[in-house]
Amino acid sequence: MQPTDVKDPDYFHKVVDCQWACPAHTPVPEYIRLIAAGRYSDAYLLNWHSNVFPGVLGRTCDRPCEPACRRGRLEAEEPVAICRLKRVAADHKADIQPRLPRPAAAPNGKRVAAIGAGPAALALARDLLPLGYEVVIFDAERQPGGMMRSQIPAFRLPASVLDEEIGYVLNLGAHTRFGERVGSLTELLDGGGFDAVFVGTGAPRGRDLQLPGRAAANANIHIGIDWLASVAFGHCDRIGKRVIVLGGGNTAMDCCRTARRLGGDSVTVVVRSGYEEMKASPWEKEDAQREGIPIRNFLVPKAFLHQDGQLTAVRFEPVHAEYDQDGRRQLVPTGEAQVDMQCDDVIIAIGQENAFPWIELESGVEFDRWGLPVLDEDSLQSTNPAVFFGGDAAFGPKNIIWAVAHGRTAAISIDLWCRGHSMRDRPDTLMRLSSQKMGIHEWSYDNDVSLDPRHEVPWQDQRLTLVDLAEEVETGFDVQQALAEAERCLNCDVQTLFTAPSCIECDACVDICPVDCINFTENQPEVALRAGLRVPAENTSQALMVSPELATGRVMVKDEDLCLHCGLCAERCPTGAWDMQKFVIDLPKAGAACMGG
Amino acid sequence: MTYIRKPKIQHPRLSRNALGLTRRDYEGAVSTLCAGCGHDSISAAIIEACYEMSLPAHRIAKLSGIGCSSKTPTYFLSRSHGFNSVHGRMPAVLTGAYMANRDLVYIGVSGDGDSASIGLGQFAHAMRRGVNMTYIVENNGVYGLTKGQFSATADYGAKNKRGVQNFDEAIDLATLAIQMGATFVARSFSGDKAQLVPLIQAAIHHRGAAFIDVVSPCVTFNNHRESTKGFDYVRAHNAAVNRPDLIPVREEVRVSYPEGATETVELHDGSLLQLTKCAADYNPRDRTRAINAIQERQRLNQVVTGLLYIDPDAPDLHDEMGTVSCPLNQLSDAELIPGRAQLEVINQAHR
Ligand SMILES: Cc1cc2nc3c(=O)[nH]c(=O)nc-3n(C[C@H](O)[C@H](O)[C@H](O)COP(=O)(O)OP(=O)(O)OC[C@H]3O[C@@H](n4cnc5c(N)ncnc54)[C@H](O)[C@@H]3O)c2cc1C
Ligand SMILES: Cc1ncc(C[n+]2csc(CCOP(=O)(O)OP(=O)(O)O)c2C)c(N)n1
Ligand code: SF4
Ligand code: SF4
Ligand code: SF4
Ligand SMILES: [Mg+2]
Repeated sequence: MQPTDVKDPDYFHKVVDCQWACPAHTPVPEYIRLIAAGRYSDAYLLNWHSNVFPGVLGRTCDRPCEPACRRGRLEAEEPVAICRLKRVAADHKADIQPRLPRPAAAPNGKRVAAIGAGPAALALARDLLPLGYEVVIFDAERQPGGMMRSQIPAFRLPASVLDEEIGYVLNLGAHTRFGERVGSLTELLDGGGFDAVFVGTGAPRGRDLQLPGRAAANANIHIGIDWLASVAFGHCDRIGKRVIVLGGGNTAMDCCRTARRLGGDSVTVVVRSGYEEMKASPWEKEDAQREGIPIRNFLVPKAFLHQDGQLTAVRFEPVHAEYDQDGRRQLVPTGEAQVDMQCDDVIIAIGQENAFPWIELESGVEFDRWGLPVLDEDSLQSTNPAVFFGGDAAFGPKNIIWAVAHGRTAAISIDLWCRGHSMRDRPDTLMRLSSQKMGIHEWSYDNDVSLDPRHEVPWQDQRLTLVDLAEEVETGFDVQQALAEAERCLNCDVQTLFTAPSCIECDACVDICPVDCINFTENQPEVALRAGLRVPAENTSQALMVSPELATGRVMVKDEDLCLHCGLCAERCPTGAWDMQKFVIDLPKAGAACMGG
Repeated sequence: MTYIRKPKIQHPRLSRNALGLTRRDYEGAVSTLCAGCGHDSISAAIIEACYEMSLPAHRIAKLSGIGCSSKTPTYFLSRSHGFNSVHGRMPAVLTGAYMANRDLVYIGVSGDGDSASIGLGQFAHAMRRGVNMTYIVENNGVYGLTKGQFSATADYGAKNKRGVQNFDEAIDLATLAIQMGATFVARSFSGDKAQLVPLIQAAIHHRGAAFIDVVSPCVTFNNHRESTKGFDYVRAHNAAVNRPDLIPVREEVRVSYPEGATETVELHDGSLLQLTKCAADYNPRDRTRAINAIQERQRLNQVVTGLLYIDPDAPDLHDEMGTVSCPLNQLSDAELIPGRAQLEVINQAHR
């Protein structure tokens, strides 16, 4: 193999598994260290700059970082509770408003329309406003937040947290046109006087289930996301005692838990597929079950039964999974008798779709055969170069953190567009490495590896939460729990740097490394090299770090996969050939391109 | 000195031996030696050898004298028996232990100062007596623990870190061991585990006094340019006479080597030591010629490594003394109290 180019910012970025997996590339280990040091405000701001909504995300994020967390790859270990630590920063911070950017001193003369006040558009506004853009945010609802407000129930995300963090964005000088639905893109483009338009209108349409009885029993059959919105906006405050929720995604989980709080004594989730294949995150399923909601699997709904339009039951057919030669799953009836489940209400939560009835053909924005806009993936620019998309509107329903990442990417693109640059002129990614050595055996980070199992986030008493929609279920880590959980982080951003000419090949690092990452061996092509290491490097998604040739003609090969970043290699190295250096990455952001022109 | 503990976490796919243990289960406390010390690599080699042999740690006794090298038994096999003796006196303590319990595996660890300076007499006699042990000298040419004075193995003319030259003749412990009657003598280098690990395994399999002189650079006091025991010097002058490969009894010989390039030695317990010859004329079974060959090569400034001498069928101390076949602590009252009649017979014999 060729020697590894550690100057390529991506190399060490990938080693920080959580940060690499986070769509907004939040510097996770750095904020976790700040939390451990009790510097909650600093931890909050670091998050805020990356992901705009630390308090919201610390409660609701889909947390793609956690399955990626290195800790989870260790034997009998679970990932660090990255998401809930973020909440700790938000809960325990001081007033950070004086440390936020100010509104721009003077406008730059450019006007941007943001349609939809969801996380994507708000993130975009957060990045563009300080640069002097006039950002006008439209939303059909009177209150901003998009689905964070209309769909995510208050027992998971209190309105006060949402209001606070949306406030930080709007206070940067946004022009708001809430309660105003945009009915025509061409009108906006032609008459609005905007230099660019950002479409962040989400995926607003809930899928329906056309079965016998659907129309007749309509009064007691609800579309999940619409029903959640009407609960959120106070139009609906009760439901029947026996409720069936159809669907196995996160929306279904929110629906069943909300129904439980609105009078549903007996709420059941019924899913076509098996438990494992359900789309909902594992923790969402567990949380529902913890609230006494059974999940029944392998039942396909066949009909809504009713008496003169009054819903009485749902009929299901039992199925089981069969896999064809290509491994594709099919749900095949078991032949058992159909099951009629009595109920008073049904909530259908089987998916969301995009809908852009207000975007006309003449706007120049093209859509693909799935009804999604045709976009340049890197810039999020549509086929009309002045129109950009982000969030659920761009690639179909995802989640808040992706919406934020899109908003921030689109902000860079719109900034380039308004200044007449090509979409390819994106600002550079820069990186810095700084040694953490403070003394012979002293490091500026805590390298002792905690052996604690993952700490559970405490819950509020269910006697309170199950009767009040607004009572938050999780109380969040207290300071002690947060510290203990923070200690579990392996500091994957404190990188192992190897300087080949200093190495005397004494083997000290090989002998001390607790997870056998380090090898001195003959150089070979990657496949052979991986197979021949002390412990074969089977996880090919993780890199090998290969040194230039050493004095004996061998090379140093380090498998990054399970490195604990404990620094023992650097401690035991007599010549300082190993060093522990903190990696900081400066990712592109809107306005940074100003540097060149 | 390292302050943090080595985390208990290990690689989930770390291989396991016949006892279901990983290499990590054979470790000891974190070393307090200087970072990069050759001795730590030897500890790692001992760990590797015992792990690969699936030895139960509680059936091993590790004994040492005084010195950085003699501190190392703390850093491996934390579940074995251990004894840190007086400077240079490990051989006597080990001999006593072996007399009392012949069933344990004995690993003696010593330094060049411990064995060639203060303990030379003890060393020589332990070799003569055929004590069944693996005697490892971690040879750095200096007294590391007392800040780097020349030891008795420092080469004539070698310079210390401050440029002072040594004008005493060096004691070559390997040659001496062969002369004294050791039946397994090898030399290796701490930086060459591929050679050292099988040698340690073979030495443990060997019945009788097995001695391994391991050149082990002292990074703090003897790893400078003029040193003849430093990493660079040893790498540049290493002349291996053979490369060992240990094949345990239960495994078949799988590798076939070209005729004449290898030599197989059957050890006492039936395991095989396969030697890939690096020097065609070297015969490790001929004591006199081995000594000559070693001396000749050393005159050419070569560091001769590999298995230097072996007599796989030699009797050991217990054979020669006709002692009981089990450890003394397993003898019952019936065997230990011969009774009045037998006592009378013994007393009569002394009248
Ligand atoms: C029940 C449920 C629970 C969820 N839970 C989570 C969770 O826990 N964590 C998570 O990360 N994600 C969750 N999501 C997904 C997440 O809410 C969305 O991915 C995210 O809000 C998408 O953000 P967005 O900016 O694309 O738009 P949205 O949040 O969808 O906001 C779009 C906004 O655009 C407005 N709008 C639409 N059309 C127009 C128009 N023509 N004119 C003016 N305004 C318009 C809408 O009123 C809306 O306010 C959940 C989704 C649902 C349905
Ligand atoms: C009886 C006695 N004499 C002298 C000493 C001082 N002393 C301690 S270690 C040592 C030399 C150790 O040298 P070596 O065996 O080569 O070990 P190294 O530290 O080099 O590994 C000496 C002379 C002592 N501890 N006891
Ligand atoms: S251990 Fe810490 S730094 Fe490493 S992936 Fe997990 S959260 Fe990120
Ligand atoms: S920091 Fe060094 S010693 Fe620790 S696990 Fe990583 S490579 Fe091994
Ligand atoms: S002084 Fe020398 S022998 Fe002793 S620990 Fe340090 S490097 Fe090793
Ligand atoms: Mg010494």
